Amino acid sequence: MTFILTAILVLGVTGLVLGLVLYAVSRKFKVEEDPRVAQITRLLPSANCGGCGFPGCAAFAEACVKSDSMEGLKCAAAGKKVMQQIAEIAGHSIDQGVEKVAVVKCNGSCANRPKTGVYDGAKSCAAAALMNGGDTGCFYGCLGCGDCVKACRFDAIHMDPETGLPVVDFDKCTACGACAKACPRHVIELRNKNKMDRRVYVSCVNKDKGPVAKKACAMACIGCGKCVKACQFEAITLENNLAYIDFDKCRLCRKCVDECPQHCIVAVNFPQKEPTDNQ
Amino acid sequence: MNTFKIGGVHPNSNKLTAGKKIEVLDLPAQAVFPLSQHIGAPAVPCVQKGDSVLVGTRIAEPGGFMSASIHSSVSGKVAKIDSIVDASGLRKPAIFIDVEGDEWDPSIDRSEKLVLQSTMSREEIVERIKNCGIVGMGGACFPTHVKLCPPKEFTIDTLIINAVECEPYLTADHRLLLEYPDQIVIGIKVILKVLGIDRAVIGIEENKPDAIELMRSKISMVSGIEVMPLKMKYPQGGEKQLIEAVTGRQVPPPPALPASVGCVVQNVGTVFAIYEAVMKNKPLIDRIVTVTGKEVTNPCNLKVRMGTPVSQLIEYAGGMPADTGKLISGGPMMGRPLLDDTAPVVKGTSGVLMLPRSEAARREERNCIRCAKCVQACPMGLEPYLLATASERSEWAVAEENWIMSCIECGCCQSTCPSRRPLLDWVRLAKNRVGGIIRARNAKN
Repeated sequence: MTFILTAILVLGVTGLVLGLVLYAVSRKFKVEEDPRVAQITRLLPSANCGGCGFPGCAAFAEACVKSDSMEGLKCAAAGKKVMQQIAEIAGHSIDQGVEKVAVVKCNGSCANRPKTGVYDGAKSCAAAALMNGGDTGCFYGCLGCGDCVKACRFDAIHMDPETGLPVVDFDKCTACGACAKACPRHVIELRNKNKMDRRVYVSCVNKDKGPVAKKACAMACIGCGKCVKACQFEAITLENNLAYIDFDKCRLCRKCVDECPQHCIVAVNFPQKEPTDNQ
Repeated sequence: MNTFKIGGVHPNSNKLTAGKKIEVLDLPAQAVFPLSQHIGAPAVPCVQKGDSVLVGTRIAEPGGFMSASIHSSVSGKVAKIDSIVDASGLRKPAIFIDVEGDEWDPSIDRSEKLVLQSTMSREEIVERIKNCGIVGMGGACFPTHVKLCPPKEFTIDTLIINAVECEPYLTADHRLLLEYPDQIVIGIKVILKVLGIDRAVIGIEENKPDAIELMRSKISMVSGIEVMPLKMKYPQGGEKQLIEAVTGRQVPPPPALPASVGCVVQNVGTVFAIYEAVMKNKPLIDRIVTVTGKEVTNPCNLKVRMGTPVSQLIEYAGGMPADTGKLISGGPMMGRPLLDDTAPVVKGTSGVLMLPRSEAARREERNCIRCAKCVQACPMGLEPYLLATASERSEWAVAEENWIMSCIECGCCQSTCPSRRPLLDWVRLAKNRVGGIIRARNAKN
């Protein structure tokens, strides 16, 4: 009987002493954490995509709380509403700017861009771009190995098996820019989302001279400059045989689309045009 | 018999053209000279459209210290300065010259006569080599004048002549040894004079007994030069592997140079070019190219002017076999696939190889089975499977920690992999990225 009593006594006293020590230590070394960090972290998508430039969502939340304003801090994946909430929690005002979306600027489908060789190396655009100019005559366009698909943390970009080109799911795309960064050919660009998701852009990045570009791809920009003349808003510039539409200046009038002899200027999400008489 | 210690593979040597004499190929109708034929900065054109040039006229000047001049190999008029797809598979700027006749610059000695002695000083020789645009002819195209001026803190004691030619199919160096042995011996003496040393070793693999015997007889009266037969193993022609095979010394990992172990390595092709430059004042305007393949009608060794389109070489060899799956510039291990046959012969083109479809096609890749054959094969003692995986996951720091910059891209790992994984492709990608990271870091500091 005494044996059991001794055991209870010894363990009890030891437990009490150690408990007191633990209590003292936890009081002494207590870390004051801003509860707002945890709140913001809970709001963030937790994809840790790195689109914001921080190593993860938690690091971004901490940066939001610590910084003096929301300038330069943006989680594209969270969206406007959540960013507003985050700014409120952090106690900053926020200017949200324009919503963006990733756009693939290449028309080089299997039909438009004939193959000139076979690439059977590592399945990576980066490796293919390094090894040679890819398996078509175009040295600028999509390589089709899907580095952008691998880079996307939101399942918003997929390869179309028919065309061999990536297709962006605009509802899922958060404009984090991971795909644009992953593309060794800089085919993907973040452009304004616009009203009703309507966009006009030059779907080509080929900087070769007209005949060379045309030989490589049936829908390549040949740098003819017709679109530049057609644009009333000075939104289109021509550099290195390639037209570029400034999305901040573009008013979506679509005059350039009709003018382009190569049909490489693409207009998406517009209603079908009524056929005119002379067409 | 000596060889390097770790790794290496034994591919079928397939030296179909070893017994074929060097033939001279006709002039092309138009010669094309890409501006970056060497490691380092691209050359800068010093001619304009419409200019007339002679054989040996300089058409592009070095674009920096680590760069080389380019000379016209034909006489005629500059047609344009445009771009062409070269062996790298990328579009690069190039000078196009329409050929008219064959008029040589009068300062070039075109006679067959051997010139034994030169009164030039060391500095003059280096300057001449620089002016003649000589680069390493083994494939890497490292500017030779840079290699002949090793940093002052190293004492050089051995010159190694790389006559290994471990790459399957290629016989350009072998034929050069057999047909121009005297010129090579004189070239070696010139390099020894420049380096201020008196020991040279010619490393030749044992599969070229005729060359070993001939070179031995040629150097019997010369002191300081030695012929060393080496056991057959790929990649013995790699600079670091050859140094280890010949001297037993190991070059430390990059950025250390071979000079840090007291060695300078030069390819026989380079030695021959140095002889021609110093003794004959002839710039680097032609080279020996092996045109070969199992199904080629007339595989041959050709003396080709730089800038000749590869299609002309293929035509001379009897045309491209119908069943060709891959056209390669260089050998099967380290060569680069050509997109089409319009690419010109450049300073680094050692061969043109046509592989039949069955041999060229890569088989479907499977998962890594952790057999470690790649580790066993790697002559640099690296772990290719690990480097490839790191590259696949874009973990550049892991790749750097595991010495990716030591990789010599010999392709032993990929050729032994039973799962047919494209190890070298991934490693090359990671090497490119890590190299960029290191350069950015150095620029910052």
